[in-house]
Amino acid sequence: MRDYANRALNQAQAKGATYADIRIVRRETQNIEVRNGIVQTLSLGDTYGFGIRVVADGAWGFASSHRLENAEIDRVAALAVAIAKASAISKASDVDLGPAECHVGTYTTPMKIDPFQVSLEKKIDYLLRSDKEARAVPGVRVAESTLGLERNHKIFASTEGSYIEQTLTETGVGVVVTAVSEGEMQQRSYPNSFGRHQGTGGYEFAETWDLPGNARRVAEEAVALLSAPQCPSGVTSIILDGPQLGLQVHESCGHPIELDRVFGTEAAYAGTSFLTPEKFGDFQYGSKIVNIVSDAVTPGGLGTYGYDDEGVPAQTTDIVKNGQFVGYLTSRETASQLRKIHPNAPARSNAAMRADGWNRIPIIRMNNVSLLPGTWTLDDVIADTDDGIYMITNKSWSIDDKRLNFQFGTELAYEIKKGKRGRMVKNATYTGMTPKFWAGCDAICNKDYWHVWGTPNCGKGQPGQVAHTGHGAAPARFRNVQVGVMK
Amino acid sequence: MLGESRLAEIAQQVLRQAKADQTEVMVAGTDSHLTRFAVNTIHQNVSETDVAVRVRSILGRKTGVASGNELSEAALRKLVRSAETVAGFQEENPELGSLPGPKPAQKVDVFVERTAECTPVERARGVEKILKMSRKNQLDAAGAFSTEANETYIANSLGVSAYHRGTVASILTVIMGQNSSGYATAASIDVANLDPESVGRIAVEKALSSKNPTPIEPGEYTVILEEAAVADMLFTLGWMGLGALAVQEGRSFMNGKFGERITGEKVTIWDDGADPRGLPLPFDFEGVPKQKVTLIEKGVAKNVVYDSFTAGREEGKVSTGHSLPAPNTAGPIPLNLFMAPGKATKEEMLASTKRGIWVTRFHYTNILHPVQTILTGMTRDGTYLIENGKIVRPLRNLRFTQSILEAFSNIEALGKDLVLLKDEWNSVGTCAPAAKIRDFRFTGTTD
Repeated sequence: MRDYANRALNQAQAKGATYADIRIVRRETQNIEVRNGIVQTLSLGDTYGFGIRVVADGAWGFASSHRLENAEIDRVAALAVAIAKASAISKASDVDLGPAECHVGTYTTPMKIDPFQVSLEKKIDYLLRSDKEARAVPGVRVAESTLGLERNHKIFASTEGSYIEQTLTETGVGVVVTAVSEGEMQQRSYPNSFGRHQGTGGYEFAETWDLPGNARRVAEEAVALLSAPQCPSGVTSIILDGPQLGLQVHESCGHPIELDRVFGTEAAYAGTSFLTPEKFGDFQYGSKIVNIVSDAVTPGGLGTYGYDDEGVPAQTTDIVKNGQFVGYLTSRETASQLRKIHPNAPARSNAAMRADGWNRIPIIRMNNVSLLPGTWTLDDVIADTDDGIYMITNKSWSIDDKRLNFQFGTELAYEIKKGKRGRMVKNATYTGMTPKFWAGCDAICNKDYWHVWGTPNCGKGQPGQVAHTGHGAAPARFRNVQVGVMK
Repeated sequence: MLGESRLAEIAQQVLRQAKADQTEVMVAGTDSHLTRFAVNTIHQNVSETDVAVRVRSILGRKTGVASGNELSEAALRKLVRSAETVAGFQEENPELGSLPGPKPAQKVDVFVERTAECTPVERARGVEKILKMSRKNQLDAAGAFSTEANETYIANSLGVSAYHRGTVASILTVIMGQNSSGYATAASIDVANLDPESVGRIAVEKALSSKNPTPIEPGEYTVILEEAAVADMLFTLGWMGLGALAVQEGRSFMNGKFGERITGEKVTIWDDGADPRGLPLPFDFEGVPKQKVTLIEKGVAKNVVYDSFTAGREEGKVSTGHSLPAPNTAGPIPLNLFMAPGKATKEEMLASTKRGIWVTRFHYTNILHPVQTILTGMTRDGTYLIENGKIVRPLRNLRFTQSILEAFSNIEALGKDLVLLKDEWNSVGTCAPAAKIRDFRFTGTTD
């Protein structure tokens, strides 16, 4: 592989590149889905290729191919340089990558049981048991139990001297139960919605989350929701469970701290950010108990890796400290740009550049952007709430292009009256504006409730890229929130 | 692009290796290029060459799928063995029927050489036309200019053999001022049909006219939705409930409504994979020719689309050619949607509106309730207040929470032009007119 990498870098430089890197990536996947007692999906995927990223004439170019052979490397390197030179037609200034990054190393996801080595029979049996439990509940129309595995073997080499090899392994599981009645449909999911909960690690992840032991409970909840009353409308206190709060952090903190959005380079698709550079270090993002970090090192997190796709070592960065906004997710280029505005900003990237495979360029992506735990128990938060709604598991999400106005729906909710959990309500929604919402956060549960929830479906970029991100969260309470937006 | 004969050769290599009772192979090649710009400069500029091979093996009533992108004989042999091995581990699926047999699909000529051959310099020059207009007006332009050639070959051991190739070119731009933005887009199979200057001009005009937006109380308003906003709702409707699996599982808004009125009578929606006004693919991912299917006719629920699996579950049904690639648990989906245009121009819709809101497009829409077709999302890139037939001032963006079928029941006028909107993620196109709709529900606003 070193020969291929060296050839690509040499060719790019010979054609005029002042910087070049190559990523050679093999992605293997395995997906199994049991739907209503039938194994509807049993598929293996394997995609392999390389992408060459260059700076030439002070501008970026990138080209990629699935054929890793000498002649194709030469063609793709030359094309990447030609593309960079075309980019230079409209450049305002030369690309500035800041200090050089030269790292040689390896990283492999720690795991106990290699999930690709576990027999298909064992995995199918696990899902069939989950499916059987879900469908044992009368009224269930569709039960889906899924297991997904992904392994990325990545080589990164650059003209600055980096050569890094990583093998990242992910395991994910989930069960989704659908109950239907006249004009009504309700779903419940476990451990998280939209397919599955996922983390870096081995098959032990699947066993820990025990789908068969939880499928019947969520099935009963789905059926009960059909006849539950509609979530009332009004302004009240809400308590969000960990998975819903993880997505709230993702949408209303994780995206607006991406420095490429802040600088406008994602404006055409995902949008920009309300956390503009003048707010850096000088903006009250939330209440004093709100502490948020970005990290790529927490074991098991879906956003955990050894190096990002610019070859920068994984690290931890404070994002919100005691409610104050103090940090962004950065790339080499945007870190250098920020420093021109804020001379005290870090000179180096905090390793947030990731690409969705060999055929995409790295862009700034969340790793594990997490709300740190507080001091409460969930029972105490409920007991301390006179009137409110406890909302569980995300059902829908939508947020504006600056990440201010959001609206979320959850699968399940309970009223809270005089410190006690009351009746179940359906179609719960809440809406708000980001800083006001986080300013109303007055109770966060302790580390016993904290977990890094995986979001394996974060879309961004043109052409589109999907990233796998993690979000540590424990249940928390927010005051004065508008709930019940649906008619 | 490898061409039909090379793709056929790859498919035949796979079928020759196969030992399963039935085998299907899909070979899909793409050469795609995208020049992306922001803050009035090209900041990302990419190219991709790939060929994906997907094999579905059927052993009795068991099925397995394997996919890869390596084309050596050894790699293809491994792929076939993988698909057959995983099929062997399957449980019997009593509902699994046969792969489809051969049927001729209509040929649609949508491959334009100059789109396939478009160079990075040509795209950069097109982008520069937009950037110049933006700079001249002290605005910031962002967007993407993409060109793509793609080809698909489907074959199976029962004799199916179908090949299609096409090209797509598209430009999208968002041009921003201090507190305003404008949007415009265009897509075509022929890059020569794209006019970057026209796209840039529309977006610049919107960015200038939406400066200093003011708030308005959320509530129910008459709206004029431009084509992109209508296409967003149409595409969502297709995913939510216009496929047979959603109906068979009782989770579609079409359940119990066939033959009944579900929208206003101005609404007729169909799917047609061979209509060159869209982005055609004349057969599905099982190689079955796509039929033109009328889904809603003059407001009455008529049909949903089928693949082989869902057709096999109902007496007298045949696949309409709407399968997605295997393995597929979403069921058949209409991917070439059209909504019948009306007779009004957008200017006429505006002139006839006493008070209302003009919406350029939606942002980040998501389904709240699929059976009630309730959707939420934000407006973006040009939202204006209409009074007495005129646009009087720009508005801050609004959040809507609205049933699509209810909105389609309240359509007062449809635009006379059908516009092709390309999906951001795939070469899938939806053709929609603009619409004037009363009592559209806005539930929030933003800064």
